[in-house]
Amino acid sequence: MSEEMVLSVFRGDQTGGREEEFHVPLETGMVVLDALHYIQAEHAPDLAVRWNCKAAHCGSCSAEINGRPKLLCKTRLDQYEGQVVHVRPMHAFPLIKDLVTDVSSNYRAAKQIPAFSPRTPAPFTMYQRDVDRVQEFHQCIECFLCQDTCHVLRDHNARDRYFGPRMMAKIAEWEMHPMDTQDRREFLKDVAGLPMCNVTRCCVEVCPEHIVITDNAIIPLKERVADLYWDPIRAIFRRFQRSSTSSQPSSTVTS
Amino acid sequence: MSENRQSSGLSPVNLDTIETHDYDVVVVGAGGAGLRAAIAASEGTARVAVISKSLLGKAHTVMAEGGVAASLGNVDSDDSWDTHFYDTMKSGHFINQYRTAEIFAKEVPDRVLELETWGAVFDRTPAGKIMQRPFGAHSFRRLAHIGDRTGKELIRTLQYKVIHQNVDIFQEVTTTRLLTDEEGRIAGLFGYYREDGHFVVFRAKAIVLATGGFGKAYKVTSNSWESTGDGAALAFRIGAELMDIEMVQFHPTGMVWPPGVRGLLVTEGVRGEGGLLYNSKHERFMLRYDPVQQELSSRDVVARSIFKENQAERGTPHGGAWLDISHLPATMVKAKLPGMYEQFLSLADVDITREAFEVAPTTHYVMGGIRVDPETEATNVPGLYAAGEVACGLHGANRLGGNSLGDILVFGRRAGMAALAYAQSVDYPTLIPAQIEEEVRRVLAPFSRQDGERPYHMMSELQEIMTTYAGIVRSGESLAAGLEHLELLRLRAERMAVQGSRAYNPGWHTVFDVESLILLGEAVIRGALARKESRGAQWRTDYPEELPEMGKVNFVQTWADGHVVVREEPVEPMPEHLAKLFESDQAPGVVRQAARKANQGGGS
Repeated sequence: MSEEMVLSVFRGDQTGGREEEFHVPLETGMVVLDALHYIQAEHAPDLAVRWNCKAAHCGSCSAEINGRPKLLCKTRLDQYEGQVVHVRPMHAFPLIKDLVTDVSSNYRAAKQIPAFSPRTPAPFTMYQRDVDRVQEFHQCIECFLCQDTCHVLRDHNARDRYFGPRMMAKIAEWEMHPMDTQDRREFLKDVAGLPMCNVTRCCVEVCPEHIVITDNAIIPLKERVADLYWDPIRAIFRRFQRSSTSSQPSSTVTS
Repeated sequence: MSENRQSSGLSPVNLDTIETHDYDVVVVGAGGAGLRAAIAASEGTARVAVISKSLLGKAHTVMAEGGVAASLGNVDSDDSWDTHFYDTMKSGHFINQYRTAEIFAKEVPDRVLELETWGAVFDRTPAGKIMQRPFGAHSFRRLAHIGDRTGKELIRTLQYKVIHQNVDIFQEVTTTRLLTDEEGRIAGLFGYYREDGHFVVFRAKAIVLATGGFGKAYKVTSNSWESTGDGAALAFRIGAELMDIEMVQFHPTGMVWPPGVRGLLVTEGVRGEGGLLYNSKHERFMLRYDPVQQELSSRDVVARSIFKENQAERGTPHGGAWLDISHLPATMVKAKLPGMYEQFLSLADVDITREAFEVAPTTHYVMGGIRVDPETEATNVPGLYAAGEVACGLHGANRLGGNSLGDILVFGRRAGMAALAYAQSVDYPTLIPAQIEEEVRRVLAPFSRQDGERPYHMMSELQEIMTTYAGIVRSGESLAAGLEHLELLRLRAERMAVQGSRAYNPGWHTVFDVESLILLGEAVIRGALARKESRGAQWRTDYPEELPEMGKVNFVQTWADGHVVVREEPVEPMPEHLAKLFESDQAPGVVRQAARKANQGGGS
């Protein structure tokens, strides 16, 4: 085991920045966040990094390590022995300072989702087999690494048009709840931007909770929306029903 | 907005330029207690704000694992509020406020069901009800849970509820001072945005503190960086009373190895699901310390037992005990303890479905806190309320697992309701500009100091002092030495210096954390010195016995002229109908269960 690791950490803000190198003594089992804490204590006390639990439960310390979206607290340093470890902020979100980004767009999106609305107040009678699939989405720690890697948000900067994989999992959680009464299909299509996802499954790859977002949340949601808007038989019915109005559904899938 | 005014500690303060907001109720803290308080306070048309020093959904509640204790009786139908009350008082060694425990035990089932109505999805029983698991020193299977991630379920449910309410949320804002009016009533608070360091003043009729505990005062802790006791320190400085603050819980099972994860929580759910503790001689040592409850004894007992095994040189290589759940089917371990499985696999290269793993006590929770009224969570400062870990009363000398998640729901709600009622009864308070001016200067001072002490180093020294002198084992001698070290540290900490700008500067943020922790550290030590006995979490080698006369007092602390003053207050005695529950040495539900079984046996 080498004695020392070299971390190249982004320092800067909206006005610009660059990576700075720091030498950190390697301890057994050390994670990247430990190394950043060492740097704060010994070299750069104002190095900005967001973190809370250091146990992969809270999803605060998301960043990009050697180009991969990862949790700083869950990424072991020993896997990079012999390499320089580049640590940069999430690319898909506006930079605040150093490794800290402005993730407030997620909270603005969350506020717009029609809330869970049960048929009756609890206690509910629901069986484990009925809730298994929604419990998968409850594992989400809101680290937003899926948002960071989603090319719609990352490369096309379309945060205002697509809510992103995290919010799709949240919507799926409520849509698939056995007691829910809301219909969010129109919202999914017209507000949340579900059609913009073209199922490249990158979000699934980076999810630290191993939630299969694309297959288990997004595709079933797309099917629900398709049932409503693009089922040819329903479309004929709808044409009759709405013949006197001008609000024809005319969206196309954007990729 | 962000100006890098390194030297502005000396320039005159222009109050007109400070961002100011008016609210009926301001909740400080966005963990379970704070969010539940905000939901309660926003039921009407009142203006309500939540201020959080982290992002929404990241507070320490997210770390809670095992479950929320509520006598729903879904698995054991003999469970009831009186049995939960009995267990809570008994494990608290009877210095809990009985009325707090009574309200708690009666109301917590409704609070859990309310979460289900709001979208929480707990694990299910075969009959389709909320599943409940056994936990240490609970008479029945009582903890509603979702795997080992119950805290996340709570905070996420409350978080999505609150964003759909009429509540304004201020994320990443640090509160540095509570403001009072001429009469000493709550008038608001002063803080700054972490993002760019700009100041903000909230004028408020009522404030609910829901800021959690201060586990960060210790080196080995399960707590996140946030648990720095801000609320308790803020309230203490303006005259609120602290109580039983010496009662710090050391959870028996934290991770031990590798060093970076030392202290990380290993849920009691591992033992709840059947995990067994062994020493280095492969003895199940809990059979000696508590033959009845064994591994599921109360946390104080299990933590001390592990400590004693190590003193007797029967510890594991890194100073702990072995915890083993590998005798259970791997699929079951992964289903019921998915977080533990993942945590050990990724951070320690250990597969808990195949081998035993090392655990040792870790600082986990503070039973003591701000003294509040059991019904309303009102402090002695008019307009100031406190709920959750920052408050004191429910847990006595030792907290039961699963009772904190119930605590935050029951008393978060009550604090929010009471704060709203108070706010509706008073006019907007008048702020005192001198308080704000003074605070601006104080908060900026670290920027103008050259070659001062480094905040991070102060933090580690403080943790070293508290761990060495006021940790799981204490004595009059160690506590007195700790107090001396702490006083020296406090003097040095007055010279903490900060580099860089006010924009997202963790060094600057740490200054205020250190200040809070030093103050509370002193309170812990003074409380521990006053309590000349061993009781629950307080283990004093010079007073190893639990003393009946000490069971009749709580230690209340006030801050007067820069000094901590400790006084005794009598524990409120239980009324006769509750005291009667303790005449038998068995919990009421256990007695009923035995009678029912006898009846069934006789009838068949």
